[in-house]
Parts: sequence; structure tokens; C-alpha cells
Amino acid sequence: MTRLRPTVAEIVEQTLALYEDLDFSYVRAWKSKSTSRRAVGFMPVYMPREIIHAAGMLPVGVMGGGDRLDIIKGDAYFQSYLCHIPRSTIELALSHRLDSLDGMVFPSICDVIRNLSGMWKLLFPEKMARYLDFPQNFDPALGGRFYRQELESLRSALSELNALPPQDSALTHSICLFNKNRRLVKALYDLRASKPWLVPTYEAYLLLRAGNILDVEEHTQLLEDYLVRVESEPRKPMDNIRVIVVGSFCEQPPLGLILTLERAGCYIVDDDFVLASRWITADISKTGDPLEALVEAYLKNSTFHSSKFEGSTPKWRHLIEQVKARQADGVVFAAPSFCDPALLDQPQYEKGLEEAGIAHTTFKYAENTGQFQNIREQIGTFSDSLKLWSEAP
Amino acid sequence: MTTPPAARPPEIHKEPSMLLQKNMLADYFTRVSKAREEGKKIAYTFVPGNLTELLHAFDVVPVYPEINALQNGMRKRSAKFILDAEKIGHSEDVCTYVKADLGMLLNGNVGPTGEIIPEPDILLLSYTGCFTFMKWFEILKQHYPKAEVVMLQVPYQGEGTPTPAMREYIVRQLRESVIPAFERISGHRFEEDRLREQLRRSAEAEEGLVFALQSARRRPSPIDAYFGGVYYIGPMFTAFRGTPECVDYYDTLREEIQNRIDAHAGPITPEGPMAEEKYRLIVEGPPNWTHFREFWKLFYDEGAVVVASTYTKVGGLYDQGFRHNPDDPLGTLADYCMGCYTNLNLPTRVELIEKYIRDFEADGFLINSIKSCNSFSSGQLLILRELERRTGKPGGFFESDLVDPRYFSAANIKNRLESYLQMLDQRRSQAVA
Amino acid sequence: MGYTLGIDLGSTTTKAILLDANDRIVGRGLTNTRSNYEVATAVAESEAKINAHFTFLKEAVDSSPKLSSQAAPLLNNLENRFHLVQHLHRVNRLRRQCLFEAAADRLLPHQPRLTTVLNALFDQIHERAERSFSTADVDRSRFFRDIVGSEYMALAEEQSRESSIALDLLMGLYDKSILVEENQVLDLSFVEAIQQAVEAAGESETLTRVQQKALREVVEEAASQTLEVDNMVGTGYGRQRLPFRKDQIRSEILCHGLGAHYFFPGTRTVLDIGGQDTKAIQVDSQGIVTSFQMNDRCAAGCGRYLGYIADELNLGLHQLGPLALQAKRPVRITSTCTVFAGAELRERLSMGDAREDILDGLHRAIILRAMSLLARSGGITDEFTFTGGVAKNPAAVRALTRLVEENYGTMKINIHPDSIFTGAVGAALYARHTQGGIA
Repeated sequence: MTRLRPTVAEIVEQTLALYEDLDFSYVRAWKSKSTSRRAVGFMPVYMPREIIHAAGMLPVGVMGGGDRLDIIKGDAYFQSYLCHIPRSTIELALSHRLDSLDGMVFPSICDVIRNLSGMWKLLFPEKMARYLDFPQNFDPALGGRFYRQELESLRSALSELNALPPQDSALTHSICLFNKNRRLVKALYDLRASKPWLVPTYEAYLLLRAGNILDVEEHTQLLEDYLVRVESEPRKPMDNIRVIVVGSFCEQPPLGLILTLERAGCYIVDDDFVLASRWITADISKTGDPLEALVEAYLKNSTFHSSKFEGSTPKWRHLIEQVKARQADGVVFAAPSFCDPALLDQPQYEKGLEEAGIAHTTFKYAENTGQFQNIREQIGTFSDSLKLWSEAP
Repeated sequence: MTTPPAARPPEIHKEPSMLLQKNMLADYFTRVSKAREEGKKIAYTFVPGNLTELLHAFDVVPVYPEINALQNGMRKRSAKFILDAEKIGHSEDVCTYVKADLGMLLNGNVGPTGEIIPEPDILLLSYTGCFTFMKWFEILKQHYPKAEVVMLQVPYQGEGTPTPAMREYIVRQLRESVIPAFERISGHRFEEDRLREQLRRSAEAEEGLVFALQSARRRPSPIDAYFGGVYYIGPMFTAFRGTPECVDYYDTLREEIQNRIDAHAGPITPEGPMAEEKYRLIVEGPPNWTHFREFWKLFYDEGAVVVASTYTKVGGLYDQGFRHNPDDPLGTLADYCMGCYTNLNLPTRVELIEKYIRDFEADGFLINSIKSCNSFSSGQLLILRELERRTGKPGGFFESDLVDPRYFSAANIKNRLESYLQMLDQRRSQAVA
Repeated sequence: MGYTLGIDLGSTTTKAILLDANDRIVGRGLTNTRSNYEVATAVAESEAKINAHFTFLKEAVDSSPKLSSQAAPLLNNLENRFHLVQHLHRVNRLRRQCLFEAAADRLLPHQPRLTTVLNALFDQIHERAERSFSTADVDRSRFFRDIVGSEYMALAEEQSRESSIALDLLMGLYDKSILVEENQVLDLSFVEAIQQAVEAAGESETLTRVQQKALREVVEEAASQTLEVDNMVGTGYGRQRLPFRKDQIRSEILCHGLGAHYFFPGTRTVLDIGGQDTKAIQVDSQGIVTSFQMNDRCAAGCGRYLGYIADELNLGLHQLGPLALQAKRPVRITSTCTVFAGAELRERLSMGDAREDILDGLHRAIILRAMSLLARSGGITDEFTFTGGVAKNPAAVRALTRLVEENYGTMKINIHPDSIFTGAVGAALYARHTQGGIA
């Protein structure tokens, strides 16, 4: 049967529906196809999804509740000086919206998400809840060895969920599927950077978010459809500045905020939203020991990020390289309130950018921020000033 | 014009061990300030899971930025430092230990005692139980480009127990990366026997600390295990563990507490011996340092004694049996690093506090939730609920900060503490009736 | 027979309750909390005692065969007249204070004109008071400062136009004088005031001689009842500064719990939303607190937040709720940050949202915060009692009712008309039980 490619509008509609579905109906439907199916959630910022996939399970990225979820019980667990994502995540779980998940993995990103793993164990003892440590020591003999043991331990925890032993061949197959997916995500980002008028971030973002939920092959197909279809969209370049958004790697900005940035005159040519989709920056080896391949990819080919230790190189080096590679006019720091990793990095980034003569601006948000007036004005001014600067003789 | 003579401040009561510690600290800061002249290398490092014995084995002088921040907080210097760090772009939202430390750096790195703290040769990032440590040293590295960062990653006890893989990871990092770096920078060869000797003395002093902590099981408790406790852990958690002075300190402490036990006396407060022990409490979370005395007074004025606390476990759970073992020097350091309180997962923390509530026959427990410290604070409201459910004892919840005086509201805390203690009274009288 | 007194010194109002030996409420006193807490306490106490005398009076009138047929209008009239006497006494005291301030050295050149203007102004306040207090339903929830303040300001504007005396000058005199006036206790006894009230009533009422005599007798009887207070307990925000012994002070958490139990013995969960803070309290079957939570440093979700909103919209606090009830398309508001309240409101208005729709969202947002606090304290258990100033706001009550239903199922939700006195009732009960030697 021939399959007709969906239009861009249809893709946006589909991904928006997935984004707005706080009940994870897709996951329920996916699981209902066989009683042996399992789904495992993971928090930002990175998860080697291949391992979950190879176990025959659906990896599901859980990125908080956004701005459409009332926090009734979640606030009861978190003081006002903590960020918003853990409270909305707990709210999702307590309101049974995550019931379709058989387990949750809490990757090592900060103390709040780390402690959330223990809260999960206390609140939902019947579910698998695992903390996944990442190596901060990048010596393969030290950090690499340790990370491999972490992955092995995760693998055996997963196999307890469906009583299937882990298989290397399955893992290699999953690596190939995700490699393809990552290549298309990279193509999407490259296309957006080269023709930003063609790929609004609003759409790119929804596509990435869909990848949090959809089965990888389905998502890969969707990316391919979009990339083909969007080329023929009648979209015209505008007089916008090119910016990179940094700081939004964990708690996500509301869609309205992303739209606000675009409407205030910015083309977002790179960002750190939904970073798990492109944490690994090159194909993972499909030959040899697949676990080793995942470890090596982490140590050698992972992107820069606030929760990854940079002992000797200046923190800002990667960002400046990115600014140059993407030919960006400036950097927008958009960090969630009370996000220690992002906010502690920010002054360092600012220092590096100032030394390099790169414009930047800063604001904080929460996933449920409801007003963008101030941000609109701030970003509008930033964009205008950069335009004036570039027009100056 | 003449000014009237200032009123004499009321005499503050101090135990002999406190005076001893005060002198030890003063000597230490002098030693730090002169280290460079004496040709010694300096390592900045953190309290939880610190490798003090190893540093001493290389004759490297340890400096603890957390302790500097804390001491500056107690001496009312931190407010300005924090503001200075915020002026250069640090967010109001983030850890105030980091900002207080940066502020001190921006103001010439004059330490709490007025002596200059020299620049580090090594930033020993033995990060246990706190992500912010990592960010902290990334920032310091930018200020001290010549210093070398030595990383010791200590895995978190996510599943509730340290695994052999974790232990092996730490031992290998020590052997293959930390020790070679220290040999190179300090110019001293690693002598395992020297380390063993340090560890032997650590274990000896640790017995003394445990004696002090366990003494609170008595009625009346001869110590306050939180406000007094932070003094008792001082030498053990910082630059003295493994030294003969440290052993001496705990001998003095032991004698002092024994005397109070013999006399059926309660703890010594800054205003003298505490009167009646009316409430026995457990406290979770660090204290506030900028209003430490005021905070303590709220307790002893009401006859509330803290009989066990978790903050006094951030540098090791000695009371749960851990001792440094000179026969397995690197392995024991690994065990030590992994076992610190903030490296325990939440279920384990709940179990530990539950045990304290029972073992120390507490009337209830309090949580001092610290804005700066997500490692401690995130999840504390669940800890509160779990403990109430498991023990039937009421919990109280306060909020303050480590060294940011803007986050200490005495009236608010007093109100809560009073309400809490009156609730205990009512429940007690009802139970009797 | 001994009475016990409970005082709740809140951040905006001070409440007093008198209980008799059977724990029956006989007197309620309410005043605005001023800078001098001792005066606020004394005023609330004397109000409670006056109220108690009226309680006795009412009982006497009801049981008097000669008067009972006209009891309600008679008592109402008497009480209005009583308050008029008190009011005029204070107006005169304020007048003297203003004249005194006007005699200050720096005002000497204006003094003759000022004296004339002030006297004219106070004469009018006096007249207006006589008229307004004679109506059947006097709003007694308004404090002296509020009533006189608005009248003075209106009259001062008039006078300054006519007399070329600067309005600022007149208002300055008032501001100084009202502070002095407010910070002293009323030097007029119940007996003196009621006597004047009875005489005035006797002249105007269509009472027979027999009835007039009967009235005098019951008034004498009620006035002669001594209100001996055996014990008192203070509570509330300012309790530390109450002139009480330490054992006569209880935390407002405990008092609220016990007070809520008094009004509704089935209460297990109490929510109190006051001006400065929000409290979620769990109590046992005896009204003893088993767990509680108060809002954290952040003032979001307190009554104060509604105050900011009211200021921003130029509305009275009491207008917000009824307006919000008219919402047609409620707006979702997630932030209850007091600091951003104004900005968020303005943005919504500029986006074209209707005022009542935004207000509905704001009320819901506040109640959402309260729901969190309740969850933190252990959830909601039937019966659920809602107290504090915000419990009088119908939009807040509606939002709460809905959210409770959605999240905890059907519950009996109690709101007592005397809910503002909950803390004071608890305090008075503690005063009784402390006597009994329990605590």
C-alpha cells in the first residue's frame, strides 16, 4: 500500500496533539497492542534510549507538565525555592497520568532530579525507579568503565520488567535505528540554521517533543516527511536576527515563550531544548560490543551541557564555537528559575561572550510562565539593537 | 564629645573543648596563610567525602571553601560577599555558599580570621552528594587558571547501597588519577604507610566523636546534637582528621561530656547550662549560620534539646559504625566518600531519621529546609510526611538559608517553633489524660 | 461566675471573645490593629464586654413580658444610640486633638481661621453621625478611622475650596490627630454611655411609661452584671507583644484548631486564609492540632495578594469576589506571585480579557496555593472548615468548593459567620482549660 506523506500542517497538528496530551494516550495505545509491552519514562537531560528500546520497551521522555497542568498536590512536595519541573512531574504521577509507565529513569543532571528518584521509590514502590549516574571522569579506563557498569545494571533492571534477557544483537539494532533518527534531527537543525524562515522553531520543537513519545521508527518517518514537505512551503525570509538559546535543557519553556521569541524578531538557529534527541553528536558504532559503543559515544561524542563537568577548558568555548558555526548574531540565556546548573554557568558564559564580543541577553522562566510581555519587550529591544548594529556603517 | 563606655556584652559560656577548637581554627588559618612561604602546596576541597588524610600524607594544606563561607556567615561577613557575587551576574536563586566564597575572592580573599587565604595549587573536586560542588570549582578554575582540577567522582547511592563497582571506580580514580596528580604537584612520593598512620589516628578520634553523639541517648542529654553538634564535628570533618591534635580534641570532649553525665547535667548553651530538658527533638538539615545563636536560643529558651541531627553526618556516618580502616587505605577512603549523608538516597535518609527518632526517644522532629542546598532540601517535604506516617511523631518545617541573612526571619521561625512545641504539649497532655 | 477572654491580635484586625463558664460566647469585640498593640487589645476587650452587656440586655428584654413584643427594634435602636454616644464622644475627642494640633507654634498665623474651619467641619461630622446612626441597619463592621476618615476628607476638600486653607494642611492635622485618638482607650464607661442612650431612646420611642420603666430596670440589671475575667489567653500574629504572661500566650495554630472545633465539632481539617499568612491545620476529635503547615516565605496566596489586586483595579477588597462571580470565560492564571500580580493583571487587561474573567482566574490561583498547603499538611478530611478574611469572599469559596470536590470528593465544607473570631474563641477556650490545669 502506498503511503501518502502528510502535509506540514498535518504534521504540526499531530505533534501538537501529542505535546498537549498530558495523559500519554499514545503510550497507552502502544502498550495495548500486546500484554508483554512495557514503557519506561525518563527525565531530561539525556538517556541512552537504545537500551530501553532494545529491551522491547517504549522509551518515553517526561518533561514536566508544561503550562496546562494545575498543580494541586505537586506543590505539597516542593518548597517555593525549587524549580517547577519536579512538582509538575509528581503531579502527573499522582493524578495517574503516568500509570502507563512501568518504570522511570532519573538521569544524573542535578540534585533535584537525583532526589526525585528517591521520592519515586517512596511514593510508587510498585514501579521501577532508577537513578542513572553519568561519568564525570572522561578517562575510558575510569569513567568509561564505571558508566558501562551503570548501563549493565540498568539493563538488568529493565529485564526484570518483562523477564527477557538483554541481547546484544537487539541493542545493535536499536543503535542503528536511533542513529538514523539522530541524523534526521541533525538535518532538521541544519536546515533550520541555513533557512530559518523555512523551519520555525515552534515546529522544530514540536517535532522533537514528539520524539519523546513516538516509537523511534515512527518518529524517524515523521521527521523525513517534514523535511521533504517543508522545502516546498511558501515561506519567505524576514528581517530577523539569528540567536542561540541556552539554558533550557531541563525544564522546558512553554510553547508561548518560544513563539514570543520568534515573534519578537529572532530566528533560533540552535538551542538546547529536548537535548536527549541529539546529545550524541555522531553515529554510534554498530560494530563490536554495543554497550561499549554507547559508552564511547558518551565519552567522546556528546554535546556540551551544564551538568557535564568541564575541568580545564573554559566553559564557554563550546558555546562560542557554536555561535560561529551557526553564524549567530547573539545568545539568549533562558534558564528556568532556580535551575542551579544553568544559572551557575550563566555568568561564566556571559564573561566568555563578552570577551569574544558576542551580544547576549538573559531572562528566567518557569514551564508554566503565563505572561510574556516583559520578555517580548526585552527580546524585541535586543533584536532591534542587533539589527541597528549590523546596519551601522 | 565623649561617648559613654559601651555596655559589656554578656559573658558567653563556652566549653573547654570549644575554646580548644577556637585555638585550633585560629592556628589553622594562620598555617594556611603562611603555607606558601613555607613552600607547601594548597588544595581547595569540600567537606563531604574529603580526603584530608591523603592530603596530609602529601604535606598539602587543605582549604575548605564551605568552611570559609560558614565562618564568614557566623562572623556576619557573608551578606556583603553574596551581594558582590550577585553584582557580577550570579543569580539570586543559586547556592549562597558559592556566592559567599566568590564574594570573599572578589574582596581580596581575606579569610574569616582576617588572614589572607592563598590561591590554590589544586582544586580537589571530590564531589560527594552535591552537584553544585562541580559548578563551584568550574567557576574557581576560571579565577585560578594555574590551579589544576583533580576530579574524584563519587557515585550516588541511588539504589540505597554502595556497589562493588562504585567502590572500585573510586579506588581506581584514587590510584590512577588522584594520587599521581598529587605526587606530581606536591613533589612528594606517595607513602602508603604515612597514610595508614593518619587513618589510624582518624579511627581513634572517631571513637570520641561517636561517644559524644551517642551520649544524647541519655536523659537528660548532656549535649545538644545539632547546635552543639556542629562544634563537635568541626575537627573531624575538616582539616584535622588524622592529626594528633584531633585525637586530643576528642579526648577533651569526651572528658567534658562524661563530667556532665556524672552530674546529670544538660548541654551547655551560650547562656550557661541548660535548665530543664522539656522536649527531645531530631533535626534534619543544616543550620543557618548568620543567626546561629539566635536560632539556638529559640530552642533552649523553650527547653528543647536536639538529641540527634543529620547535618552532623555530612562528613560521615560514624555513629552507624563506619571507621577509617588503616589496613585498606584506599578502599576505606572510597567507603568513606560514598557513605556521607547527602550521598544517601531518600529512602535511606528516611530510615536513618526514623531510627534516630526511636533510638533517641525523641518527642518529634524538625526539618530546617535550606534554600541554598537542593541536595538536602529537595524531597524534604516527603521525608516529613513519611516520618510522620511511620513514627506517629509530629514533624515541624522551617525555612532558612546557610549564609544569606535575607532568608532568616526570626519572627517567622519563632512562631513556627512555638506552635510546634505547644502542639507537642497538647498532644502529650492529651495522651496522659 | 467567671468568664474567660481570648484575644487574637492579627495583622489587620484584633479580635476578642468572652466565654461564660459554660463556654458560651457572650461577647465579641473587633477593632483594627494599630501600631499600639496594647491599645488594640484593650479596645477589643472593651468592645467584647460591651457586646456581652448587650447580650445580657437582650436576654432580659426577651424575658420581660412588658418589652418582649418590641424586643428587636427596641434593642437595635438602643444599640445604635449607644454606638452613637460612643462615636460622638470620640468625634469630640478627635476635634479637641485637631484643635490642639492647630495651635502649634508654626501654625500660629493660621490658627484663628483654622479653628473656625475645624469647628465647622466637626459640627458637620457630628450632624451626619446623628443622622446615619439612627437608621435601622448601621454597618458596625466599619471602624471609627474609616468612617470619620472619609467624611473628614470630603469635608476638608469643601472647606479648603471655600476658605483658602490648603487641603494638605487640614489632612496633615487629621493624620496626626487620628493616630493619637486611635492609640488611646475610650474613656467612657458602659454605664455612662447606656444611660445617655436610654434617655435618648425614652424621649423618641413610642414607649409607654410602664415600658420605659421596665427598660430602665432591665438596663440597670444588665449594666450591673460584672464581667469578671478569670483568665485570658492571647494569640495571633502579634501575640509576642501582648502584655500577657508567657503561659497566657498560645500559638494561633492551636487556637484556630480549637476554635474551628468549637464552631463545628466534626472538623478535621481547617484552612485559614488571613491577610499575612495561610494555614492548613489538621485536628483530632478534640480539636487538638495533629499537624499544620503555614505558607513559606512567599506571600503568594494570602489575603494580601487580593489586596494588591484590589489596589491595582481601584476596587474595594470586598468588591472582588462578587465581581469574579460574574465571570463568563474564566482566564487561567498560574502565577500567584505577589510581585508580578500587577504586571500579569495589566497584561491580561491589555490582551482584552474581561476584568471579571481575570478575577475569577486569580481567585482560583490563590485557592490552588491553599490546596498545596493542605496537601502538604496531610490532605483534607471531612469535615472541612474554612476560616479567615478570605472565607468571606464568595469567589474564593466557590473555587475552593470546586477544587475540594474535584480532588477529595464530596465533603462537608463549613464556614461560620463568626469565622473571623475562630482564633479568639480558641484562645478563650485555652484560657478556660489552662485554669482547669490541663496544660
